Formats: sequence, structure tokens, C-alpha cells
Amino acid sequence: MNEKIKTLILYIGSVAVGWVSGFFGGGGGMLAVPLLQFGGLDSKRAHATALLVILPICIISAAIYLYNGYYDGQSVLCACLGVVMGGIMGAALLNKLNATAIGIIFSLLMIGIGIKLVIV
Amino acid sequence: MSPWQIIIAVSVLGGIIGGMGMGGGTLLIPLLTLAAGLEQHLAQSINLVAFVPMSLVAIFIHKKNGYVCFKKSIPIVCTAIIGAVGGSVLAKYSGGYILRACYGAFLIALGIFQFCKVIISAVKQYKAKHAKPKTAVVQSE
Repeated sequence: MNEKIKTLILYIGSVAVGWVSGFFGGGGGMLAVPLLQFGGLDSKRAHATALLVILPICIISAAIYLYNGYYDGQSVLCACLGVVMGGIMGAALLNKLNATAIGIIFSLLMIGIGIKLVIV
Repeated sequence: MSPWQIIIAVSVLGGIIGGMGMGGGTLLIPLLTLAAGLEQHLAQSINLVAFVPMSLVAIFIHKKNGYVCFKKSIPIVCTAIIGAVGGSVLAKYSGGYILRACYGAFLIALGIFQFCKVIISAVKQYKAKHAKPKTAVVQSE
């Protein structure tokens, strides 16, 4: 019974991860990590596996968005280039910066931007 | 700065945050709409597409280190795809403002969640650092 409830929560959580990624165009990874940890993975494995979970979801969502006409070639190209460059820099900086300080700054930034989006 | 320069700049910033494992995509979307002036749906579409090359590189690196667990991901992916299709289709029928406001609320929730996560892990680290001598005393007794 306990195992059944756990499986049910995992499946409901999975649908939520997919729905968030599709509706908001991102952020599913941040839900997938705790879900995978709930499923029995340690923090490092959960972070790595979350990427694998999000990749096919992103491809399918992106295909639906593009099909619906939300496309701008130049912007997409610029963003891809920037994100990959930034991603490499971020991975390299990970062990050199104070993760706690940066985590606090970014979470406050997220709350601030969130409030701005709701109000305006 | 021309629009494409702004897009590259905010994408690099989003990539850095993402590369550090702090959900760069979630910040990239509002940066694209607020700083580069893109429409909400378009910003979300760009974030989805930009995630693909970035995550392929990251998965490749993590796979080498043996952190990627294929077996656990399969049932989650299969169920999540149902949600993804539903969410993507629903996004089309939501107006820009509604989507933007929902996104804002989502971002506030994620920000609070992330904040708690950072504080908890910092406290744990601090405790682990300062608890060592104590446990050593207990063990020697």
C-alpha cells in the first residue's frame, strides 16, 4: 500500500513536471530534481538525471510551440549561442564561487522578478 | 545595444545560472521579456529550444561521471510527456498577460523554494563542520 502511494505520487509529480515545462516553457527541471530525490536518487544523480528527464519534454514542447508559430530565427540562434557559452562558464565557475551567496541572490532575484511580472 | 546583443547577454547570464544548477531557464524567460522586450510565448519557445543543445552537453558530461540514471528516468519521462503536451497546447490558448502573471506566481514559488533549499543546505554544512569535534568526544567516551 505504501509503495503504491509512492508510485502514484511519482506519476502525478511526473505529469506536473511535464505540464509546467510545457505551459511555462521551463522550470520543469527544478521540480524534477526533488521528484527524483523522492524516487530514491541522491542529490548529484537527481540533478544529472533531471536533465535527461527534461530533454525529451523540452523537445516535444518546443515542437508544439514552433508549430503554433512562436518562432524567431535570429533570437533563437542568439539565445542558443549565449546559453551554451554561459552554461560552460557556469559549470566551470561552480566550484570557485560561494554557492550559498549566489543561491540567495538568485532566489531573491526570482521572487523580485516574479512580483514584477504579476503586478505589471 | 541592438536587440540581438541584449538577447546574447541575457542568455549568457541565464546559461551561467543554469550551468550552476539553479534553474537558469526560469530566469531567462523574464530576462528575455523584460530586457529584450520579447513576447511571453516567444520567450518561452526560445527557452525550450535553447535548452536542448545546453542539456545535451551537460548530459554527456554527467554520463561520463556516471551520474545519469536511465532506468529511473523512463517511467517519469513517459508520464511527463502527457503533461507537456497538455501544457504546451494550453499555453497557446492563454493570453500573454495571463501567462505572464501565472509565470510570475510560479517564479515567486520557485524563488521561495530555492531560498529555503539554499538556507537548509548551508545550515547542514555549518552543522557538519562544527559537529565533528563533539562526535569525536562522544566516541572516545
